Amino acid sequence: MIVSLEWLKDYTDVNVSPEVFCDRMIMSGSNLETMELTGLDISGVVVGKIEKIEKHPHADKLVVLQVNVGDAKAFGKDPETGLLQIVTGAPNVYEGAYVPVALDGAHIPGPLHGQPKTEEGVDLKAGELRGVMSYGMLCSFGELGYDDKVVPVNQKDGIWLLDHDRKNSAAFESALGKDVVEVMGLRDAVIDFEITPNRPDCLAMIGMAREAAATFGTELKYPAITTGEEVEDISDYIKAEVRSDLCKRYTARVVKDIKVEDSPWWLQKRLIHAGMRPINNIVDITNFVMLEYGQPMHAFDIETIADHRIIVDTAKNGEKFVTLDGTERTLDDRMLMINDAEKPVGIAGVMGGLNSEITEDTRTIVIESANFQANSVRTTAKRLGLRTEASGRYEKGIDPNLAGTAADRMCHLIELIGAGTVVKGMIDIYPVPEEAVPVHARVSRINKVLGIDIPREQMVSYLESLEMTVTGEGDDMYVSYPTVRQDIKIEEDIVEEVARLYGYDQLPVTIPKGNNEASQSYSRDIRDTIRESLCALGMDEIQTYSFVSPKGVDNVRIAEDSWERGFVRILNPLGEDTSVMRTILMPQMMEVLGRNYSRNIDTVKAFEIGNTFMMNYLEENGLPFEGYDISFGMYGAGAGFFELKGIITEMLYKLGIRDLEFVPETEYGPYHPGRCARIRATHMAHLENGDKPEEIEIGIMGEVHPEVTEKYGIGTKTYAAELALDGILALANTTKIFKPLPKYPAIIRDIALVVKESETVGNIEAVIKKTAGDLLKDVKLFDIYRGVPIPPGKKSVAFSLTYRSDEKTLKDDEAAAVHAKVVKALAEELGAILREI
Amino acid sequence: MKESLQEILNEAKRRLDEATSLKDAEDVRIKILGKKGDLTSILKSMGGLSPEERKELGMEANTVKAQIEQMLKNTQEQLKAAAQEARFKAEKIDVTEPGKEFHLGTEHPVTITINEISDVFKSMGFTLTEGPEIETVYNNFDALNAGPDHPARDWTDTFYINDQVLLRTQTSPVQVRTLQSMKPPIRVFAPGRCFRCDTPDATHSPMFHQVEGLVVDEGITMADLKGVLDTFAKKMFGSETRTKFRPHHFPFTEPSAEMDVSCFKCGGRGCRVCKGSGWIEILGCGMVHPSVLKVGGIDTEKYTGFAFGLGVERVAMLKHEIDDIRLLYENDVRFIEQFK
Repeated sequence: MIVSLEWLKDYTDVNVSPEVFCDRMIMSGSNLETMELTGLDISGVVVGKIEKIEKHPHADKLVVLQVNVGDAKAFGKDPETGLLQIVTGAPNVYEGAYVPVALDGAHIPGPLHGQPKTEEGVDLKAGELRGVMSYGMLCSFGELGYDDKVVPVNQKDGIWLLDHDRKNSAAFESALGKDVVEVMGLRDAVIDFEITPNRPDCLAMIGMAREAAATFGTELKYPAITTGEEVEDISDYIKAEVRSDLCKRYTARVVKDIKVEDSPWWLQKRLIHAGMRPINNIVDITNFVMLEYGQPMHAFDIETIADHRIIVDTAKNGEKFVTLDGTERTLDDRMLMINDAEKPVGIAGVMGGLNSEITEDTRTIVIESANFQANSVRTTAKRLGLRTEASGRYEKGIDPNLAGTAADRMCHLIELIGAGTVVKGMIDIYPVPEEAVPVHARVSRINKVLGIDIPREQMVSYLESLEMTVTGEGDDMYVSYPTVRQDIKIEEDIVEEVARLYGYDQLPVTIPKGNNEASQSYSRDIRDTIRESLCALGMDEIQTYSFVSPKGVDNVRIAEDSWERGFVRILNPLGEDTSVMRTILMPQMMEVLGRNYSRNIDTVKAFEIGNTFMMNYLEENGLPFEGYDISFGMYGAGAGFFELKGIITEMLYKLGIRDLEFVPETEYGPYHPGRCARIRATHMAHLENGDKPEEIEIGIMGEVHPEVTEKYGIGTKTYAAELALDGILALANTTKIFKPLPKYPAIIRDIALVVKESETVGNIEAVIKKTAGDLLKDVKLFDIYRGVPIPPGKKSVAFSLTYRSDEKTLKDDEAAAVHAKVVKALAEELGAILREI
Repeated sequence: MKESLQEILNEAKRRLDEATSLKDAEDVRIKILGKKGDLTSILKSMGGLSPEERKELGMEANTVKAQIEQMLKNTQEQLKAAAQEARFKAEKIDVTEPGKEFHLGTEHPVTITINEISDVFKSMGFTLTEGPEIETVYNNFDALNAGPDHPARDWTDTFYINDQVLLRTQTSPVQVRTLQSMKPPIRVFAPGRCFRCDTPDATHSPMFHQVEGLVVDEGITMADLKGVLDTFAKKMFGSETRTKFRPHHFPFTEPSAEMDVSCFKCGGRGCRVCKGSGWIEILGCGMVHPSVLKVGGIDTEKYTGFAFGLGVERVAMLKHEIDDIRLLYENDVRFIEQFK
């Protein structure tokens, strides 16, 4: 809501600086968007009168003016005539016109015609224009800082004609040479307040004035709505009928002898400072009253109303109608229309029709001030794709009690400026008048919620300053409120009114009683641990959108009909790229790696802990299943299958998940078929018939398939993994139980074996562990060797075995016996040949 | 024999002076003090002397022995020191060479900010809780007092899965879940992702994070709300931070407020970060609306509560002077690693 402070002072006498005004309004509940002081950056611009216009000797499009600037001190005044010679190209000058004249040395906000606007504005100097001296410049609205969209419609081109309706020459004659800012009253504070949806009453000057009056303790003065002499009777002019309850109230008045012309400057200025363009007196008053009361107004030319009958009713399906903006629209039977005896003339609360528009020839108008149901206007505007100032206001809700008052106010203003003669009487169809239902509020409750202790009288005075009335006694207050305050419904609403006028900043500051122990879920604990571990292991955390493109799963070669394609779909996505909820994180990890690679970043090691989503097929309209995945991705220096495996192993170790199994996986699309593993671990499942070991798959990892890296534009080997948090949560054991440090020395035996190339380290280790039994405390691979003297198709694999007894110092021969068993088993079961080291 | 002792002493002195290594010194020791050493031989040969002579010569020999031992020790120490010095000289390194690279990973700035906020609320006894990103329309709107005509329910504002399920537009539905599952006293906060139909630009993202807070108990007042959030502001933005509560409107709180904090960059004098105003809008808050409490079956006469919600990206961007929200979700590692 844009508020001109000068205009607001018409309704309540706030006498403070704009800054103080804004600060206190903010604290009483009207939040500030912007505040602009107008007229401050104009100096040296005076009222002048064009006495004479002559052709420019050297330029067809320029003229040379002699301008009377009265007594103003001005460089370049002709000593004989006292006139100032000014060269201009403005097309709308005429002899006798009163104009703003920027003298030599003047400063204006600008911009000059055809130039961009600057912060610092424009300094003007006398100078030659095509060989003729010009000692000043005539200014347009734009040059004096006004936005193009608020310049009066008939002054858009050319300079500002101060006496545009040529009715005030006497006044301007005596103002010659005076500061144009003073004469035209350009100084103002234009304040844009943010109005929250619960306060549509504040989308009106009177509403803002009510707030200001309550804030500053001033009196609220309502505008005059009476008219002088009214003639004839409205019933001889027009009849109206409402056939739908979507119209809560319909009022109409008639004004005849209409003269459509410019509005007076005081009215134009109000509109301009409120951000609206003056058009003509009737349109301007329509807008003026709308801004005053928040009540949209409409005017019809009575001669266009067939049979002089207005019928408010819903449209017929498929009916066509051309709105004021010249567009043909198709209607349906949920849209409320204003019709005459034959045809529609307006879409209720949205826009009038081209067929009933006011023109310069209009002599008698019907003023419509009506109240339409908010929802009906909203859906109509939405279906037509036509949001207007009026529809926006109806959507937010308007007090039906305003309609009649606003119609009267419009008549008053038309009469005031002499634009017509008001016909007696009003049509007012108002089947269910809106009444305020008093709200019960308790003094004790208000104090209890706010944590203060203020007396009833103080609360009552706050409420009364908002034009509310309070009855009841003692603790009980029954609060009646102006019906514009549609937000007042329950006790808490009264709490807020008291609180904001008492001042939120005046409320005490306390800490709530009671002790709560902070905690968080086990899942969150585990995720925090995972994140900390991975960062410590050198991985950077990324975060990507929860919604993705369905193409991602294609790009990472997920098979048709896989569960990863069971997307939860968004009905109204921003675009295909964000149209489904992710089922896995890998495609986004690849995208991030690809983006970094394309930016010439040579090494990336990253992880994401993110939500994934699965359709809920169990329950109709049930929420989808959400779970967490941990995705990994790396390329560049220090990236490799075993590096990634090491990181994952260490991360899981920290969570107490230690007996991992990496099972080769050759079928999963995203990965190199020879370099991919499923990660599994076993835990004890607590079942009804006792504990039972259960194998859980934690995730999958591998070298990314070359077709996938190519798809994402990554020109180097890339490694990725994706683990499901669910499995980790089932397996994790963060309880740490102390084991005594070894008391007896260990015997370490190294062993090197020649085995078939296809033999796995995992398998060899399994045989060693199985055979050696309890004395074996550790097996560590320390070398794999291929080449001479190892025969082709074979490899040498070397392990370090640690033997130790928990009961005594192990003797060499005891260790040797076990070791020999191990060597024998390896030879028998795997055909491994012991190699000398 | 006395002469011999003197000769031995001189010999030892000469040879030790000439010694250049610990081995040289050891040779001297063996030659003179060893089992078959010169001095030992003299002492052995004293058997033929008279007791008086033996006594006199014995004393003499012990004195010489002590002198030699002392000389030997000195020489050994000198040589040791010299050897050590030589070694240090040989082993000198250029300490200005760079250290070996160890790479610590970096948490995402959104995580960092959520953790900072979480630490503050946990220190005030708030329990961290979470809710799903896909929510019911009821939990996201109806239960929070945003009726069927509320503009935020529009398809142009909110992502829908079907007419009863949506991507939550705020973390506030966690309030509803909490009220339905817990009994007062309640003191929780809930960080999480939210979604709105905003086309990405420098200040908008269709996905963003909020932190929600909810306190319900007997005797909770708006003064408590101010106290908790003022404490939060001071812990989060520095102890000098001042707060300002302005009236505002949210459907699920009444009275409602927005909290501004004094600019943590300029301290309130006005700068680029606070756009000259000295204040930065940080969060929305208010006393929980009775119709929301009733959703959880809570006796609104007995219990009152307050709630608040703040935007994580906004805080992260203000604190770290990040000028484009899209940077957060591009995940350029050069960006992320700036927050190490």
